[in-house]
Amino acid sequence: MERIPILRMGGYLLVTIQVDMHDRLALTLQDDLTEQISRTSARGVLIDISAMEIVDSFIGRMLANIAGMARILDASTVVVGMQPAVAITLVELGLSLPGVRTALNVERGMALLQRDLGTQEAAHAHHPA
Amino acid sequence: MLRQERARLPDSPPAVYEAKRTEESDFTLWDRVKSPLGDSPERPCDPSDSLTLFLERSPLMPLLASRITNVLQDHQPEMLEEWLRELTASVTRRELMPPSELRAQCSEFIQLLRAALARGRVEDIEGAEWQPLREMLGDLSRSRALQGFTPRETAMFVFSFKRPLFRYLRQACGSDTEALASETWSATQLLDELGLWTADSFQKSREEVILRQQQDLLELSTPVVQLWDGILALPVIGTLDSNRTQIVMESLLQTIVNTGAEIAIIDITGVPTVDTLTAQHLLKAVAAARLMGADCIISGIRPQIAQTIVHLGVELGEVTTKATMKSAFQFALRKLGKTSAL
Repeated sequence: MERIPILRMGGYLLVTIQVDMHDRLALTLQDDLTEQISRTSARGVLIDISAMEIVDSFIGRMLANIAGMARILDASTVVVGMQPAVAITLVELGLSLPGVRTALNVERGMALLQRDLGTQEAAHAHHPA
Repeated sequence: MLRQERARLPDSPPAVYEAKRTEESDFTLWDRVKSPLGDSPERPCDPSDSLTLFLERSPLMPLLASRITNVLQDHQPEMLEEWLRELTASVTRRELMPPSELRAQCSEFIQLLRAALARGRVEDIEGAEWQPLREMLGDLSRSRALQGFTPRETAMFVFSFKRPLFRYLRQACGSDTEALASETWSATQLLDELGLWTADSFQKSREEVILRQQQDLLELSTPVVQLWDGILALPVIGTLDSNRTQIVMESLLQTIVNTGAEIAIIDITGVPTVDTLTAQHLLKAVAAARLMGADCIISGIRPQIAQTIVHLGVELGEVTTKATMKSAFQFALRKLGKTSAL
């Protein structure tokens, strides 16, 4: 069965979706990702969708779901590389994905994640639990 | 042989036809029939011309013919001159159209009219036989519309042909009042239809111009400018309907990709009214930009607009709003400065 590969980079997980994602594949990705997050104690997930030209409501919901699940597992999610047409489609569908951070490309996405981690750690340092 | 078998119309003396034919050309009808396409190099011959003549003289013609055809055949040059006199007398904007061009258009009209009458019925101008004439009138009205003629002047091109046509019809019918009445009726119907067709085409081309200008206006009025590294400004001028929102979104998102901007300032100083629909469109654009990783600031909110938004109960959510472009720009610089320091 084909799976979308999940790469590990330091304390982050990197997912690049390069194929047309059908529903089964999306559900498999959800399972794999949550499992990997808990196994590696990742603090951040970067999902790159720059190769996706078509997005439907299911994919949109799936992205929001992944972000929610990751948050529960104490990891922040950033979706990067959305194409303009895809963004317009999602907005027209009414799926503006609140609670999902976004960035223009992987570089910016990583910077965003690192900044988040930095501020989180700074906050922890101020208030030692 | 064809000459002998052709039936003669009761009123016209045979002599007129014989004289006319030799006047028209040095070649006999028989020669034309033998080589209708003028394949011999010494006698070049316009194919449509000879085909028209051939059909006009065919044995079937008297069955279908009305006097209009004969009148056009016999008196084409005189009718052309009289028509031109009518046109130059009535049309006020003579300087827009050089006389040679007018003459060319008139003779083309008569030529196509004869061709159409030879093939088709005089009552039905929607048929395929009338297609060339319809196209010619369509092109004519289009060019006149662009040159600035009024619809009346353009339609008068066709209607002023009535006077010469009726004159020669009366001459051809002689004392046969019955025939004269019915021929006049057919002629006036025909020219009315053609004139109305011309007026319709004129209207259509005017509408096309307006549509094209609307499109240009839409494209011109939604620029996206880069204010600073990573900061875009989007001044919106005029009403924001769904069409424009689409264009605004597309250009904004494309510019975000091209410049890698992180902040977009949407300035609505130029939007006269903001209702719930406009606000929804704005929020859509903001959401789309956010999905691409850029934050939006809405600036240029006038006091009345602020009141309207609150009264309507529009939820702006987390969108940052500023009263002026200046404060929005300051905010954007500060935000970028803070994030790049890390």
